[in-house]
Amino acid sequence: MSQTPENFSANLAWRHRQGWLFAAACRLATWASVVFLAIILLVIIAQAWPRLTLGFLTRFDSYKPESAGMLAGILGSFWLIGFTAAICVPIGIGAAIYLEEYARSNWVTRFIQLNISNLAGVPSIVFGILGFTAFVRMFGLPRNTIVLTLGFADVRIPLPFGRSVIAGALTLALLCLPVVIIASQEALRSVPASLRHAALALGATKWQTISRQVLPAAMPGILTGVILALSRALGETAPLAVLGAAFFITFAPGRINSATDLGQHPDRLLQVPFDQFTAMPLQIYNWVNEQSRDFQQQVSAAGIVVLLVILVLMNGSAILIRQHFQRKIRW
Amino acid sequence: MSTEQHHSPTPDSDRPPSVGQASQNEQRFPQPEVTPMPNAVSGSTGSLETRRSAGPSLPPPTLGAAANATPDAKRTTKIQTQDMGFFYGTHQALQKITLNIPERSVTALIGPSGCGKSTYLRSLNRMNDIIEGTRITGTVLLDGEDIYARDVDVVELRKRVGMVFQKSTPFPKSIFDNIAFGPRIAGVSSMATLTPLVERCLKQAALWNEVKDRLKDSALALSGGQQQRLCIARALATNPDVLLMDEPASALDPGSTARIEDLIDDLRKNYTIVIVTHNMQQAARVSELTAFFCMGRLVEVGRTKQLFTNPKEKETEDYITGRFG
Amino acid sequence: MNAGSPTPAVPTLTAVDAPRSSSLKRRFSWNGAYEKCIRIVLLCCALVSVITTAAIVFVLLYESVLWFPGHTPFFGKVSLIEFLTASQWTPQFAGNQHFGIMPLICGTLLTTVTAGAIGLPMGLASAIYLSEYASPQARSVLKPSLELLAGIPTVVYGYIGLFFLTPMLIKPVLSGVFGLSVDGFNALSGGIVVGMMIMPMVASLSEDVLRAVPSSLREAGYALGATKYDVSAKIIVPSALSGIIASFLLALSRAIGETMAVAIACGARPQLTLNPLRQIQTMTSFIVNIMQGDTPVGSIEYQSLYAVALVLFLITLTMNYVSQWILRRYREAYQ
Repeated sequence: MSQTPENFSANLAWRHRQGWLFAAACRLATWASVVFLAIILLVIIAQAWPRLTLGFLTRFDSYKPESAGMLAGILGSFWLIGFTAAICVPIGIGAAIYLEEYARSNWVTRFIQLNISNLAGVPSIVFGILGFTAFVRMFGLPRNTIVLTLGFADVRIPLPFGRSVIAGALTLALLCLPVVIIASQEALRSVPASLRHAALALGATKWQTISRQVLPAAMPGILTGVILALSRALGETAPLAVLGAAFFITFAPGRINSATDLGQHPDRLLQVPFDQFTAMPLQIYNWVNEQSRDFQQQVSAAGIVVLLVILVLMNGSAILIRQHFQRKIRW
Repeated sequence: MSTEQHHSPTPDSDRPPSVGQASQNEQRFPQPEVTPMPNAVSGSTGSLETRRSAGPSLPPPTLGAAANATPDAKRTTKIQTQDMGFFYGTHQALQKITLNIPERSVTALIGPSGCGKSTYLRSLNRMNDIIEGTRITGTVLLDGEDIYARDVDVVELRKRVGMVFQKSTPFPKSIFDNIAFGPRIAGVSSMATLTPLVERCLKQAALWNEVKDRLKDSALALSGGQQQRLCIARALATNPDVLLMDEPASALDPGSTARIEDLIDDLRKNYTIVIVTHNMQQAARVSELTAFFCMGRLVEVGRTKQLFTNPKEKETEDYITGRFG
Repeated sequence: MNAGSPTPAVPTLTAVDAPRSSSLKRRFSWNGAYEKCIRIVLLCCALVSVITTAAIVFVLLYESVLWFPGHTPFFGKVSLIEFLTASQWTPQFAGNQHFGIMPLICGTLLTTVTAGAIGLPMGLASAIYLSEYASPQARSVLKPSLELLAGIPTVVYGYIGLFFLTPMLIKPVLSGVFGLSVDGFNALSGGIVVGMMIMPMVASLSEDVLRAVPSSLREAGYALGATKYDVSAKIIVPSALSGIIASFLLALSRAIGETMAVAIACGARPQLTLNPLRQIQTMTSFIVNIMQGDTPVGSIEYQSLYAVALVLFLITLTMNYVSQWILRRYREAYQ
């Protein structure tokens, strides 16, 4: 490149063209992803269209494509995610509170923190292997069943847990844990220190400060992170497949197949965590692997549509929560 | 913790009408004779009971180095710091601070930025404990009790020594809940107790008339000056003896500042107030005593009028006449 | 309102009339014990993640390395040399079992390289576009759709690879126009969909990194007469390079660990090939294919799962660790 002024201005035209090309390439790459997203959705909806009926949502699976349904997967995923949330949210928030509010900056804290961010990068299938060994097989514990007699109902708890909802939920909870912790930490960090100081100066103890001021202020951020983590867990297939969760099943966990079942046998709720299950992504995977083209392309596409709609609803609610509270709270 | 002991009696029942109050105070604090015994109390020996019964033997409010600058010999010393030093890690922020703060008065701390006056203030209710790697030397006595002693309950201390910050810090809750926070964490939950308490604190902070119709509204909707008075009311609700104010009016417009100053003037009858301020006119207006800090040292302390008109130290004179700082 | 007239209705203006019978001394109280319990419970919560990592390491090592009486691990039955160098992976063929991980590594490499070739440049370009060029309106469309793309379950990507990319794009173009032979399951389709999957991740991580570059650097560039392109490509990107590399490493480690998309789109035949049009098997799809069949516990095939998972774990852990180390140094440089 020459240093003379004439060349400099001659260069400028070329530099502007270069700049234009660069900007165009960047723009193209970005919009290409939107186009790809649109293609995915169009292809899937087109394939799924003939199978998208109300019956698809209310029937159990079948060997015939025209009578296959997703009810077992929907209910299975519902219970699975419910128990996952019940396990992972308190532990995750607790860990985040400890790390942000209590822990001193020493090597133990740094080690835990490093551990969490590394755990967030461990492939989900490795969690599946952990879950299979630790929860499904319980390191080879001999099989037996504990029967809890509660008077109004008996709860049969299999040990090891086997391929039950609780084994799946524990596995997914461990998988979600790093994400929930990191999101909660960020939410806690965004609460201004002045709020903590104000509460402490009024004679609040540490826990009173956290539970009455800091946590409520951080809740919207935490909730958003939790919903996003759970929606990721909802779409996870690999760990559940590795656990050996059922692909084909014609009942829902606890045999609660409908609202009437729940009304007539509320005691079955207690059996839910220890029953077999399938989940929406597992059913989709199963259909993709079927022999018939109907199953492979249409039924699985219908399943994908249902799964995506539920995911969009969850993500949408997370966004709504975020926006609602962003408007309301200003520091 | 002794939360039950000083909070369970309802504020109404344990507060006689103001008529009887003066005499009661006379009983509790028999007017001591002037006994010029600077720094006679050593360490954290005297418990509260003995101190109160032995009122006359208390040290007079000797003011650190300037022992002769006794502003009001009839008052007892509320807070006493002796040879206090403070460290952030290895950096020494305060050195050899000896200062006695008399009861029921306003003491202003002035000095250039970074001189340690805020650090000093925050060490009086141990808010500096929150910062990792800080260390304090010397003694700080509240009513003769060493607040840095090993067995002191920091929570109890902070209930007794309230604090108002530079930036108003309302909780993102309703006005009522803001005031009620202190009593609630101390275990008071009945509305029959809380409602009059909230009203009394808001009245004391001269905020009641402005907010009485919207106690359920968010405190964040108040103006900056109102928020600061809310924070003062909130601090009063824990029933403190001492109020620490860290530049309470520095972020406010002149009108709101004037109200805060009026409020301080009202509160001095019942509370021991220590106020950090950058504004020397403010210090002159509100305080009885002024302490001038510079570079982590207490340069001079004395009656406000005397310090501003006839400072003893050259540094003080330079600062208040605007030659540096 | 006049501040000078503070409400004559104040009932009592007092604070110190309640006798202080209490000293500041700490006493035993249930409240204090409660505070201590809370702290311990929270510490336990934080330790769960450490225990999880320890459990993962233990489980993987137990079946593959740990040797004690009555228990022969995988590497007691298969030598490490064979495992790392043999060119065949046939754990299911009884009588003719070979345990050379090379074909699986090769399959993983094929899909990861394809994914990287697509996802990394596209992701970086999007990050530059979003942080330097895009208007607020464009951002408000692009950001949610990138988030949506990142949130789509991986089975869906597998479906798209198998039933859309291969029959409708790869086969018509590569075998129709160029006459190449393309398998129904192939590494290319899996690689492309994984590339699209990691692209939003690269975009959002790199955008954060680019935004962290101080704006004074941008202004300095413009003040020297640089065009927007000069500033973005020659000032911002180079100064954010270490952060960008870290985001690339994180995305590639995600691609290596990705399971369902490649298990569906790339097939299940371990082959030592570098041709992306062939059917292959990755480490992850091997694990998911074998685990579903009820492999007898304790058998050598069962143990081979743990050996493969151990390799997978070590590779992704190293990449994550390195990228986090880089990111931390990057943050320190700019804060």
